[in-house]
Amino acid sequence: MTKRQKRMAAIAALLLGLGLAAALGFTAFRKNMMYFYTPSDLLANAAPLGAKLRLGGLVERGSLRHGEGLRVDFTLADCEHRVPVHYEGILPDLFREGQGIVATGSLQPGGVFVADEVLAKHDENYMPPQVAQSLKGKNGQHSCAPFKPVTPGGAAS
Amino acid sequence: MWTWFHRLASPPTFYRLADRLVPWLGLLAAGLLGYGIFGGLLLAPADYQQGDAFRIIYVHVPAAALSLSVYVLMAAAGAVAVIWRIKLAECVLVAAAPIGASFTALALVTGMLWGKPMWGAYWVWDARLTSELILLFLYAGVIGLNQAIEEPRAAARACGLLALIGVINVPIVHYSVEWWNSLHQGSTILKLGRPNMSADMARPLYAALLGTYCFFGVALLRRVQNELLLRERGTAWVKEQLRSAHV
Repeated sequence: MTKRQKRMAAIAALLLGLGLAAALGFTAFRKNMMYFYTPSDLLANAAPLGAKLRLGGLVERGSLRHGEGLRVDFTLADCEHRVPVHYEGILPDLFREGQGIVATGSLQPGGVFVADEVLAKHDENYMPPQVAQSLKGKNGQHSCAPFKPVTPGGAAS
Repeated sequence: MWTWFHRLASPPTFYRLADRLVPWLGLLAAGLLGYGIFGGLLLAPADYQQGDAFRIIYVHVPAAALSLSVYVLMAAAGAVAVIWRIKLAECVLVAAAPIGASFTALALVTGMLWGKPMWGAYWVWDARLTSELILLFLYAGVIGLNQAIEEPRAAARACGLLALIGVINVPIVHYSVEWWNSLHQGSTILKLGRPNMSADMARPLYAALLGTYCFFGVALLRRVQNELLLRERGTAWVKEQLRSAHV
């Protein structure tokens, strides 16, 4: 092997090793890389009461109720399950029924998720209002697809 | 074919080729970016949910795309510099890093400015944002390493190795929104099948994207030329070049 071929082999081995290490590492820590859990995860694993976590899903249509002051109650749903959420604070502009959001908080006794922060999760679809109108009910509505359960048991149960 | 390749990699040939390419690329960049920004800010309709705030994508998406593309180019130049020890590749590697870092910073800043009104937070530690921030640090590492080593050729080879190690982060940034759930939305334009954007909005975006690539071409060629002049100072072709430019 010439010197040049040796260097080529060394770089190939370096990239291969790095790729393998990254793949193994990320497989092992897959759950820790997730930004949020879904209602399915919450119900399937019965997350410890009071443990702080982020919950992502769609604000279910017809579930939003405004309480006193800045208090709101709504239901957060993925494709399978739903969890009631209580929040008091300022909502992002994009917050509305049918919109994807990520709420930070904890599950309280009684099964209500009490959030202390709500962020909007926008999806990747952009269109003018007329197009959105004509698509209503089909693609104009946000999909629950981005809210996949993190844990394998999440969807099955 | 190899002789052609070696001719191209010779500093004087490349220098003159770059001189001829730059005006055309610059013209293309100005035209495409002009249409992209004008079309994006004025002609494209407002989004049904975000209103006018969505228009930041005409800067954000090209900057983010370039931040990854420039890194791949830099790593490829790094591999060539380490394996074949070609001077031109060393110059490309060193010249590309600050441009890529600028695009990465621009993507991060525009994303944050959009994130506050739309998401409700400037910054979250989800997989996409975190890996893009790491990309910025990798660029900074290459720039810093190059400055830290006195001998320019040894510095470039060390940078090449660092760039190659960091290239593992590029697919992570790109696929982060598919492999893990994140607050950042998925890809809009680099997705096959059903388009996620109406044509009126997408046309200026594609123009801005292409225009930014052309602009990068101009910036890179000019920086490589400077790097070549600096590294080859004292050689006959540089003296000749400077004499003909009346400096």
